[in-house]
Amino acid sequence: MRNIWTIARREYRHYFTSPIAYIAALLTLLTVGIYFVVIIYYMTNQSYYSNTAPGINIVIGPLATVFMFAAPALTMRLLADEQRMGTLELLLTMPIKDGELVVGKWLGAFLFMLTIIVITLVYPIVLNKLTNPGIDQGVMVSGYIAIILLTAVFLAIGTAMSSFFNNQFAAFFATLAVLIVFWWLIRLPTYIVQNDSLNNILNYLDLNGRFNSMLAGTMSLSDIIYPISLTALGLFLSAAAVEIRRWR
Amino acid sequence: MIRATGLTKDFGSRRAIENLTFEAKQGEVVGFLGPNGAGKTTTMRILTGYMPPTYGTAQVAGFDVISESLEVRRRVGYLPETVPLYPEMTVYEYLKFMADLRHLPNGDDMVDAALDLVQMEKRADGYISNLSKGMRQRVGLAQALLHRPEVLILDEPTIGLDPAQVVEFRNTVRDVGKERTVLLSTHILSEAQQLCDRVLIINKGCIVAEDTPENLQSRLVGAEQVVLRVKGEADDLLPIIAKIDGVQNAKLQPNGTLEFQFAPGADIRPAVARATIKAGYDLLEFHPVGLSLEEIFLQLTQDNARKER
Repeated sequence: MRNIWTIARREYRHYFTSPIAYIAALLTLLTVGIYFVVIIYYMTNQSYYSNTAPGINIVIGPLATVFMFAAPALTMRLLADEQRMGTLELLLTMPIKDGELVVGKWLGAFLFMLTIIVITLVYPIVLNKLTNPGIDQGVMVSGYIAIILLTAVFLAIGTAMSSFFNNQFAAFFATLAVLIVFWWLIRLPTYIVQNDSLNNILNYLDLNGRFNSMLAGTMSLSDIIYPISLTALGLFLSAAAVEIRRWR
Repeated sequence: MIRATGLTKDFGSRRAIENLTFEAKQGEVVGFLGPNGAGKTTTMRILTGYMPPTYGTAQVAGFDVISESLEVRRRVGYLPETVPLYPEMTVYEYLKFMADLRHLPNGDDMVDAALDLVQMEKRADGYISNLSKGMRQRVGLAQALLHRPEVLILDEPTIGLDPAQVVEFRNTVRDVGKERTVLLSTHILSEAQQLCDRVLIINKGCIVAEDTPENLQSRLVGAEQVVLRVKGEADDLLPIIAKIDGVQNAKLQPNGTLEFQFAPGADIRPAVARATIKAGYDLLEFHPVGLSLEEIFLQLTQDNARKER
């Protein structure tokens, strides 16, 4: 555990010296901010919405979309860059387990994304002031749990791809491709195929569906267990890829 | 202590090292000599726990490199050929990170001691990205020495250093080698001669010779070789020297020096010096020459090729 924390701490600090991390943070906060202002402006000026207050989904919805691009940008260098700089050889000859290295790297990125998420808490506070009688606290908590879990999954997939590829851009696009599958494409067959058992499996695996239900304030145990399992799988594959590197 | 038995490593269909067996004791500096691609780095990577061998076993500091890899890594200090550094960190932050990964109880003190050992204490707060190649190498060495390892493995440690830095570096390694086991790879014979108690010569993944640098030289050359330089032309001196008893293969070199050999044990140098002065020449230079690594290497590989035929 101590090794994981040591690596995560270095990784977290490294993001504050990395232009990619600043661009990712700026892009995220700018997009969410613009979206927030536009929606609030639109809803206050349309009589149709006079009886409807905007919910937390106007913050967390765009946040998830931007994270789909920010996560691969942040994770693409995690292990690929260590390989390029020769520091992977150093880390792999340190008395640390491959799993600790991978989890530490992931945790550093996760803490950075968590910092961005914490900054976005300003929006629900503003929203609470603007609306009467304020936003639904339960939905807000459920929505933030959803985005935190989603971030964990995105970064674990990114970490795995970074350990599969030596090239950062290959890692970026491979992560993006896997995220697109789990976020958008996986439910598409359910519209065409009339097979209940297959559709049940695909619906279970659909990250977007689970995310939306949590954003609406309904949360089941599997909504929590599934992203945690996917995160664990990503990290396991990443550790396995590092181990395979040694044997190649 | 390092003990390797029958180490073999395959990368796909290519065999990088084959059946390497050698030992390095505590308090011994062992040099690993060979050209690029001979298998030096692969062997070192196996010994540091970076990668397992395809066949064979190795023990480092009493632990097996495969089944007790973490124990081995705790006891080994390793400086790879490409010095592994994080340019965005300061020297101190980098070494502290390494100390934390190694769970050193008094990390700050050990970082200070390592910085002191490589004379980098004044640059502790400087960013690694701003350091020269030589300084980076020293930071890499500090990293390898940080935890006072039982075994130190250095892959081509003096490449890119200026002569003054090379001398400093060698002094540090020599001091460390008094108490610990040091295995260093190099392709500079003079470095091996100055630093190493024993030398392993490796070619195409196999050990072709193993001995002290001095023994290796005299064993291979079969005779001692001397260079003589006099003021002015030495053309007329050649027949005089060639006539002296014991002088073999006296030749005039294109650079004006005179070279000859004599059988080990029959030192005829005083007679040669007297004859030169007597003939009216001013003696400017008179020294023995060793074989270069290239010559030793060629001799060894030619011997091997002959044996194979």
